[in-house]
Amino acid sequence: MSTAAALAPALPVPDSPARVAARRLLAHRSAMVGLALCVLFVAVAAAAPLISPVSPIATDWSAIRQAPSWAHWMGTDELGRDELARVIFGARASLLAGVVSVLIAAAIGVPAGLAAGFARGMTDTLLSRIVDAMLAIPFLVLAIALAAFLGPNLRNAMIAIGVTTAPIFMRVARGATMDVMTYDYIEAARAVGNPAWRVAVRHVMPNIFPPILVQGTLSIATSIIAEASLSFLGLGEQPPTPAWGSMLNAAQQFLTQAPWLAIFPGAAIFLTVLGFNLLGDGLRDALDPRGI
Amino acid sequence: MRGYLGSRIAQILPTLFLVSIIVFGLQQLMPGDPALVIAGESAGDPALVAQIRNELMLNRPVPVQYLHWLDNVLHGNLGYSWRLQEPVMQLVEQKLPVTAQLSVMAFLFAVVIGVPMGILSAVKRNTAWDWLANGIGLFGLSIPTFWLGIVMILVVSVWLGWLPPSGYVPLTQNWVRSLATTVMPAFVLGNAIAAILMRHTRSAMLVALGQDYVRTARAKGLSEWVVVLRHALRNALIPVVTLGALQLGALLSGAVLTEQVFSVPGIGKLVVDAVFNRDYPVIQGVVLVTALLYVLLNLITDLLYFLINPRMHAG
Amino acid sequence: MRRIFFAASAAAFLLLGAAPRPAAAQTLRIGLREDPDVLDPTLGGSYVGRIVFAGMCDKLFDYDTKLDIVPQLATGYEYKDPTHLILHLRPGVTFQDGEKFDAAAVKYTLMRDLTMKGTLRKGQIDAISAIDVIDPLTVELVLKSPDSPLLAQLAGRPGIMVAPEVAEKEGAKFGLHPVCAGPFSFVKRVPEQEIVLQRFPGYWNAKAIHFDQVVYVPIVNSAVRLANLQSGALDLVEYIVPTDVPAVEKDPKLKLAMSWSPGYDGITFNVGKGPMAKSPIGESADLRKAFDLAIDRKALIQVVYNGLYPAIAQANPPGSPFYIPSVQPPARNIPEAQKLVAASGFKAPVTVTMIVPNSPDILQAAQVVQAMVKPAGFDLKIQAMEFASSLAAAHAGDFQSYLIGWSGRADADGNMYSFLHTGGGFNWGGYSDPVVNKLLDEARLYTSVPERDAVYAKLWARVHEQMPLIYLWGLKNIVGMKKELMGFRQVPDGIIRIQGMSMAN
Repeated sequence: MSTAAALAPALPVPDSPARVAARRLLAHRSAMVGLALCVLFVAVAAAAPLISPVSPIATDWSAIRQAPSWAHWMGTDELGRDELARVIFGARASLLAGVVSVLIAAAIGVPAGLAAGFARGMTDTLLSRIVDAMLAIPFLVLAIALAAFLGPNLRNAMIAIGVTTAPIFMRVARGATMDVMTYDYIEAARAVGNPAWRVAVRHVMPNIFPPILVQGTLSIATSIIAEASLSFLGLGEQPPTPAWGSMLNAAQQFLTQAPWLAIFPGAAIFLTVLGFNLLGDGLRDALDPRGI
Repeated sequence: MRGYLGSRIAQILPTLFLVSIIVFGLQQLMPGDPALVIAGESAGDPALVAQIRNELMLNRPVPVQYLHWLDNVLHGNLGYSWRLQEPVMQLVEQKLPVTAQLSVMAFLFAVVIGVPMGILSAVKRNTAWDWLANGIGLFGLSIPTFWLGIVMILVVSVWLGWLPPSGYVPLTQNWVRSLATTVMPAFVLGNAIAAILMRHTRSAMLVALGQDYVRTARAKGLSEWVVVLRHALRNALIPVVTLGALQLGALLSGAVLTEQVFSVPGIGKLVVDAVFNRDYPVIQGVVLVTALLYVLLNLITDLLYFLINPRMHAG
Repeated sequence: MRRIFFAASAAAFLLLGAAPRPAAAQTLRIGLREDPDVLDPTLGGSYVGRIVFAGMCDKLFDYDTKLDIVPQLATGYEYKDPTHLILHLRPGVTFQDGEKFDAAAVKYTLMRDLTMKGTLRKGQIDAISAIDVIDPLTVELVLKSPDSPLLAQLAGRPGIMVAPEVAEKEGAKFGLHPVCAGPFSFVKRVPEQEIVLQRFPGYWNAKAIHFDQVVYVPIVNSAVRLANLQSGALDLVEYIVPTDVPAVEKDPKLKLAMSWSPGYDGITFNVGKGPMAKSPIGESADLRKAFDLAIDRKALIQVVYNGLYPAIAQANPPGSPFYIPSVQPPARNIPEAQKLVAASGFKAPVTVTMIVPNSPDILQAAQVVQAMVKPAGFDLKIQAMEFASSLAAAHAGDFQSYLIGWSGRADADGNMYSFLHTGGGFNWGGYSDPVVNKLLDEARLYTSVPERDAVYAKLWARVHEQMPLIYLWGLKNIVGMKKELMGFRQVPDGIIRIQGMSMAN
């Protein structure tokens, strides 16, 4: 009754789960540090031409392998190029590889996992076998072979990493789907007569989003390392475009003469990956209903 | 239980079969002619290159080549390295122990670093200790192994001269030198695993510490450390042990870059070099063996989990 | 750890030195730049394999420091006529398993090189049509036609003699445990780790050997290789990269031996193989000449190789008897290059793609070239790929230009014929010029150096008109070793010969 309603004490309206998670994330200190690092490197990559002191491919034969100085804050490399500029521009290859690879992996793995978890039976068995087989092969061997097959450049490295990371997304999506399938309202949606695909897309998929997001963030971290590994082996971005991994590869030869060439790109990889790892951990903690 | 075990074992063969097909297919797709690589300095002799291709059956249709390989495998013959003329099985026997030694040492590092950090982080939750432990754990996860390896060679071998930069020696030959040459790559490898172990120890500990029996122990007046060590830890180690077996499998198949940087003659280096040399029999054989090990370790892990926690049902 | 190890061994050494002892039980540890392939002289194709053979297997002939052919298992040769070559063999030589070395063994080995399944040697000694055993110490080789490079081949891998009984029994497995007639016997090999050889007491030249054991250690990473030499874990490294030379020179415990090498690096253009030859640079000699003029070889060599390599414009670098001093690379000339680009009819900037094997120094050099040709009007796109892929691409004509080197042969023909002759095996770019063919074939008929050089001078003039290949720099053999290692004879082929070497105490 309206009088009863007017006299009832005002109950707080519960926040949506997304709000709750976001609030917890913002309160999580290390996740914020991670977020700051991620934002920093994304900004560096995006604004590279504006913040870089010089061009990363401008060579200078008279300034080979110079130690860090006021003229070159991170020194120069084996062709006289400014190392700071190369580290800044190198962020582009790494971040692009990180994000795009994960998008590819998710685009392949999530539908597969959804299908496997939803349909079960033969579909599940077949897809799970394929995923098991892919996971049983050393990741780098698979990635190298794919990158060699497609031709070494950044785009193909991203495809190679995306394809080899897809099985993990499949597993996560499958597990989450099977979990969600036990929810009552999914049963209800099916009982009402919704076609399977609609149930899958409109009801199941939004619910498996949280673990996928967490996995996505963590996979960006591993993809950045994977891209660095591939370009370390000569299978990534083509010279003279800078990429942190290939810079490390070149730096190996000059370890004693020019150690700064090995230190700076590696530190850049470390900080970027750390940022995504912290963020991913924070997301996991924020989205975990147990609050651990 | 028996049905579960039976079905898991039955799954091994199709998985391995799929593995071999995937790898075989990839090899065929890769550009590069093994005959040219084998010819080496004589690659300029086209008649010779054609002859080599013939001898290696590279001109036959792909399914025929695959079936020929499969037939050999079923008779226990993993083929011969094209580059070295050495049986692949022999190469695996020589190099698997090296990677195994590296992996075991890496795992020890991981346990020694990860587990105490995890316990510390759980017991001293949300204090500076928690931050420190997390930091050390995350360090291992975020640092690229090949970079850590390069930096360690620079600092420890070149600047300080404490350890040799390379030159593996088998344990049985000279255990001192063997350890000296493997401690750095093992540490580098173990770092990443330490972080994962730390995390799982931490969550398992947190769950265990919240259990009733722990509260009871505390209520009885037992000191905190007794509570931790005697009661919670035992239960917390279960997922750690089972996870550990899995990570060991990942280590065995994935020490690739570390072995490259430190020139450790293990399985990882063997297979990567084989990819670059287009030594197909070695790639096929080694991947098959490591896949088998990985699958077996997975099976053992799942069995352990099943045995320890009968409430868990398969599926 | 290492200091304790070294202190302990130093103490042991001192103790050993106090007592009178026989010839030192000494091991020579040699660092190789990569792992050899199969250790079978008939089946092996790797350069470093030759270094291991030098420790294990003697050849019919060998080279001295001047690259003259000298006796080893054969004491001499003579041409009965241009198609009959007589070899005189050394008496009293045995293989490492006790078998006698005689004419029958020579015949067996050469036949193995010609006919064995998987042999890589056939093309090198194909000129032989028959081998006759005249007496136990004399062999007659009957040739299909006169072939002056054949003798040089007998000083190379085809001339490596294998123990017939063992080779017959083992067949393709011979390489797993080779038995030859060299100073050290094979003990064991762990691929990618080490190759161990033990002194053969019955070696015919035993008094020249002062080590009991030789261990070859492949280390691909140049920095790690150097670190091993500096720490004393290796006694000798067969290849020090030029950028590490200052470190070795500064180190009081080490010394360096440098010599010219017949090897070189250059850019091959696809001028006639497949559809990719129809590129601007593939079709216009003017563009290629402009490319050549835009490169400052000296600056490139300074940046990438510390200035240690010679700049060249021909296949035989300075030091080779076949080097023609009048053929010199041009100085960098951008205005002239720009004029040539304009004259070519193609609009600048002209796009050129270059495939580059991804070894670190070659990649660097490619980037230097890229920067240098830009002002002349070229937009060079680098395609780095791993070596096997680049080889396959070249083989298939799937390239516009290819930055690649050649380890070099002492005889000029080995540096030129397969690269420049129509249909030559290393003629990746499909270059075909009848005048050049004629000159190459003509040079094969002469046996004296001046006669051949006269022909080659004409050849280079012709080749430079068309510029199918740009020769950039010649290589050098750079060997680093401990100061106490004496008696090292540096032969331009880069092979490490242990005869005469010893460790001074």
